[in-house]
Amino acid sequence: MEKLRHIEGSIVGMPVNDIDTDQIIPARFLKVTDKAGLGKAAFCDWRYLEDGETPNPDFILNQSAYAGASVLVAGNNFGCGSSREHAPWALLGAGFKAVISTDFADIFRNNALKNGLLPIVVDRDTQQQLFSLADEDPGTTVSVDVETQALTLPDGRRVNFPLDGFSKYCLLHGVDQLGYLLALEDDVQVYEASNPQRVTTTV
Amino acid sequence: MTNNGRPRTLFEKVWNAHTVREQSADAPAVLYIDLHLVHEVTSPQAFSMLRERGLMVRRPDQTIGTMDHSTPTTPRNELGIIPIADAMAALQLDTFSRNCSDFGIPMYALGDEHQGIVHVIGPEKGLTQPGMTIVCGDSHTSTHGAFGALAFGIGTSEVGHVLATQTLLQNKPRTMAINVEGQLGEGVTAKDIILAIIARIGIGGGTGLVFEYRGEAIRSLSMEGRMTVCNMSIEGGARAGMVAPDDTTFEYMYGRQHAPSGADWDAAIANWRTLPTDDGAVFDQEITLSADELIPMITYGTNPGMGMPITDAVPAPADEPDINKKTALDKALAYMDLSPGQQLLGKAIDVVFIGSCTNSRITDLRQAANFIAGRKVADSVRMMVVPGSQQVKKQAESEGLDEIFRAAGAEWREAGCSMCIAMNGDQLQPGQYAVSTSNRNFEGRQGKGGRTFLASPLTAAASAVSGVIADPRVMLAN
Repeated sequence: MEKLRHIEGSIVGMPVNDIDTDQIIPARFLKVTDKAGLGKAAFCDWRYLEDGETPNPDFILNQSAYAGASVLVAGNNFGCGSSREHAPWALLGAGFKAVISTDFADIFRNNALKNGLLPIVVDRDTQQQLFSLADEDPGTTVSVDVETQALTLPDGRRVNFPLDGFSKYCLLHGVDQLGYLLALEDDVQVYEASNPQRVTTTV
Repeated sequence: MTNNGRPRTLFEKVWNAHTVREQSADAPAVLYIDLHLVHEVTSPQAFSMLRERGLMVRRPDQTIGTMDHSTPTTPRNELGIIPIADAMAALQLDTFSRNCSDFGIPMYALGDEHQGIVHVIGPEKGLTQPGMTIVCGDSHTSTHGAFGALAFGIGTSEVGHVLATQTLLQNKPRTMAINVEGQLGEGVTAKDIILAIIARIGIGGGTGLVFEYRGEAIRSLSMEGRMTVCNMSIEGGARAGMVAPDDTTFEYMYGRQHAPSGADWDAAIANWRTLPTDDGAVFDQEITLSADELIPMITYGTNPGMGMPITDAVPAPADEPDINKKTALDKALAYMDLSPGQQLLGKAIDVVFIGSCTNSRITDLRQAANFIAGRKVADSVRMMVVPGSQQVKKQAESEGLDEIFRAAGAEWREAGCSMCIAMNGDQLQPGQYAVSTSNRNFEGRQGKGGRTFLASPLTAAASAVSGVIADPRVMLAN
């Protein structure tokens, strides 16, 4: 995972509540065995017309004013549904570095943080302000500082967002969590020594 | 069982018993995982990561694989083989076989007599047991909570963590007691309970929570019914849902392949009986529903929270005071091509799907078969019945259920996720309406442009024979 310290990027708004993982990436794109190339499948059923190839001109991500947007501002409860990590892989592949919403589904938030896609929780007023800014002034940029957990709006207002210390450390240093777990091997052995194996799959 | 005299919930007991390292200001808790279920769709990148780092699977003897999501459910050919028409799916399945073989993980391949949906085979084989921690790269892992296990879905990175270390980093969730008091009426089932719960709390209502389903109506459910309820915990936003183990649990488990036996069985039961929530334990949140008041439920929109009693009318966006909810309802009704105030009873449908990790177990199939026996699927309806596992299929066939479905004009297929996820050839055509016993009615979930009404197996069967959305209670009364 690459280090993520600072994001400076233009916003695009999708003021739809409960955007589920089937919208972020439909299941038919999950027949892959790697992570690459999923960006073109992001929001596929909203992004393309019935033929699956022709861009839908009404869809916000297809409008040239929002080309290159890297911060997605979404409705409440973003990422509900399945556990597919293909959802953050697809968003990253489509150029996003952060998603802003009032709340995120648990599994999506976990998956996003493990891939350096920053889920930013803001209050509803901030969310609505960002929707308005994105709508009225395409190309509006925001800046995000991971260390101070601050989102800075174009008017200079700073909004702090929650981020657990462990995830922050991993983002700032570009390390994944597996190294931490691997280093606990002794603890795991102690646990196993005092807790009998509860089930065996190999017999 | 108390901890320094403090009453504890079922969840707390299981959590505490698996804490390798406590949660601190600097890091989440490290939880030990007893059982890891893997399937072809969410595991390949995790195995690739192990290879890149030169890691082994730490506990292949606590890991089990099955093929389910991208597998076709079309009938076997003359050689007894289930043909795979999709080259990408074939490659994914081959990759899975190789990964399980290389890393020493037991695996049930397509066509194997024990293959099936991951959340059907775990309980069926006695692998799922009370008090365990169980994970899988699938959000419906919450199903296994029906046994009093702490079971939840994880992403592919976490699949890699568990493969390599048998542990997971987790922030401790909060708890919600969901009391379902009273008794269900005729024609009302576990599916209606969970659809009613989600309609009440909304699809984000359980975010950050673990549910414990309690009360007389839950205690009265079969294990299959409890699995149906726990399965859809994630549709209420909760990663896990649990039911305290009791005699119903133990009777279901007794004699299963991986369940303890002999003296171990007695010791296990004694241990499992300490798991239920202590009197006086406190939940962070609590809600109560009356089972007596429930009637069959159906969804009208594009998420599982958009559900209602089947006799109700589709709600009107104009009546919705919350602008966000109004917008969502507008969008959902446009996708579903439904009107505010419309009755769903009598609405013509194209497809009925009975299957999925929610409702593909033997009791589900018995309910639907009993209903459909002596009746015919309407000419305008395609009805697919997809058993959850090869063992469910075998059991159903030994009881003649397949003949009942076939005689009625339904398709009887091989085991798999099928039309619940529509990545295996089983899918709706654009614009089609389905009554489905699965768990998600998201836009395009059952095929691009397809429209899903979630309901119970009984409601699905009643709708199949009627050709329109139908209330099973009416036909049960006749």
